[in-house]
Amino acid sequence: MTGTAARLLPVAVVIAALAPLYVALVGSLTPDARLFQSVPLVPTPLVWDHYRALFGTRGFWVPLGNSLVVAVATTLLALLLGAPCAYALARLRFRGRAIVLALVLAVSMLPQISVVPPLFLFLRELGLIDTHAGLVLPYLTFAMPLTIWFLVTVFRQVPLEIEEAAMMDGASRLVAFRRIVLPLAAPGLATTALLTFLFSWNEFLFALTFTLGPERHTVPVAIALFRGQYQVPWGEVLAAALVATLPVALVVLVAQRRLVSGLTAGGVKG
Amino acid sequence: MTRGRAFTALRRAEARAAWGFMAPALGAMALVAAGPIAWTAWESVHLHDLRMPWLDRPFVGLDNYREALATPRLIAAAGHTAVFAILTVTLEVVAGLGLALVLHHRRRARGVVRAAALLPWALPTVVVALLWRFAFEGPASVANMTLASLNLADQPVAWLSGAVTAWVPIVLADAWRMTPFVALLILAGLQQIDPALHEAARLDGASPWRAFCAITLPLVAPALLVAALFRALDAVRVFDLVYVLTGGGPGAATEPLSLYAFDALMRHLRFGYGSAISMGVFVASFAGALVWIRLMGQRALVREEA
Repeated sequence: MTGTAARLLPVAVVIAALAPLYVALVGSLTPDARLFQSVPLVPTPLVWDHYRALFGTRGFWVPLGNSLVVAVATTLLALLLGAPCAYALARLRFRGRAIVLALVLAVSMLPQISVVPPLFLFLRELGLIDTHAGLVLPYLTFAMPLTIWFLVTVFRQVPLEIEEAAMMDGASRLVAFRRIVLPLAAPGLATTALLTFLFSWNEFLFALTFTLGPERHTVPVAIALFRGQYQVPWGEVLAAALVATLPVALVVLVAQRRLVSGLTAGGVKG
Repeated sequence: MTRGRAFTALRRAEARAAWGFMAPALGAMALVAAGPIAWTAWESVHLHDLRMPWLDRPFVGLDNYREALATPRLIAAAGHTAVFAILTVTLEVVAGLGLALVLHHRRRARGVVRAAALLPWALPTVVVALLWRFAFEGPASVANMTLASLNLADQPVAWLSGAVTAWVPIVLADAWRMTPFVALLILAGLQQIDPALHEAARLDGASPWRAFCAITLPLVAPALLVAALFRALDAVRVFDLVYVLTGGGPGAATEPLSLYAFDALMRHLRFGYGSAISMGVFVASFAGALVWIRLMGQRALVREEA
């Protein structure tokens, strides 16, 4: 694996990964009239009209707010419910552990469409259609197994001795978990939170099904349903797509190393 | 004997604590996953049409499944799902392996590539779909301009209105998004191979190709299999990408199972029939998941039991 081909490949990969985003960036800064005429590499002049329209007339703040509330609430709830469960799976000995782990794994592979009909009927019965809570609850279907699966790996890496010493000194399981394990696992908890946030921020099918109007749409739904008077307002769509990408890019930059080791752990270590 | 009894008591206390710790999470998952899937199964054997509430929900046995199997649109949707899964999984695993091999030998490039590889993976699927729709939309699309500038096409292609050509942006979008990620999974597998094996092969005079076939490929095969299954499970339930990129069109030419189920459920409000199709998607991916758990999970689960 020597030679220029191998040397250039990583560069090519980086370019290929970023090119569509760059095209979108250029498109979002080009007036609609010229959008499909020519594709200059660096457009002139750059216009901010699409972004202005996006946050002005289009009111993109609303879906951004909805997404933020729903994703943060989902993340916190999943951590709150999932952390003790992951701790038990990582640390305690009891019969049926393998079954619980397999169950968590099975839930994580559940196709969303297969729970859409009952969740719709259930949320309708509770009057939660078109509410934030009506999204947070269904989001737990993917957030719970994701959080648990990640945290099991995280908790296994916390040194056992400190925890045992605390329990020798008379601390209960719960106290050891809250006072010793959780603080030691803080970086891993943060990564898990970021990942759960990411999945919730990106979710589309549930948000499309369980919200009714623009007041409750999340970012992905809002972008997908953008309509102009006659055609797709591509300039605004691309601007919105890039705005939706910003938090994602931040998460990737902050947590990339930890994300990769966490994501591959499930697949390889075994 | 008292020590033994004390030990047993301790173990029992630990088990009690464990179930206490897990109860909230298990309750939540029963509420939002296990319960709903059972409910979907129940719906799928009933006639339930939200537009005709006076019909109530009579039990109809397997009628919904029978109707589905007799509907050409469902058979087509199942075919589309299979073709999409086979195309994207093959493309992503082969290209991912190539990429992983190069990265494996070029340590310094890894950090940059990792960030660049994770970004497409982490994007909302809706954004990925829109980026690629934009690139293939209209006669003066980026795709057509690129082809023209390379002298590969003398006239613009109407990608999204052709029953076959509409698949091109769909498959490319999925490959663009997932290949680097698959490469990272495979790279982690490559890194577990003992370098001494390659050293020995080199000393024995084996060619790089032979070393690849005899050492790398068999040893990285489990990682390849996991990546392939992982991707296949995702591909079977594909929804967002197609919904936004082509809407299943032109006509229903790119409609996968999830999209057809969604249409039956949320547009025609046929909850019984739609649930039957949803169950089909569930069974298909559950079968895959079982294989996955057997291959991979078991090792992970059993190791801890010891």
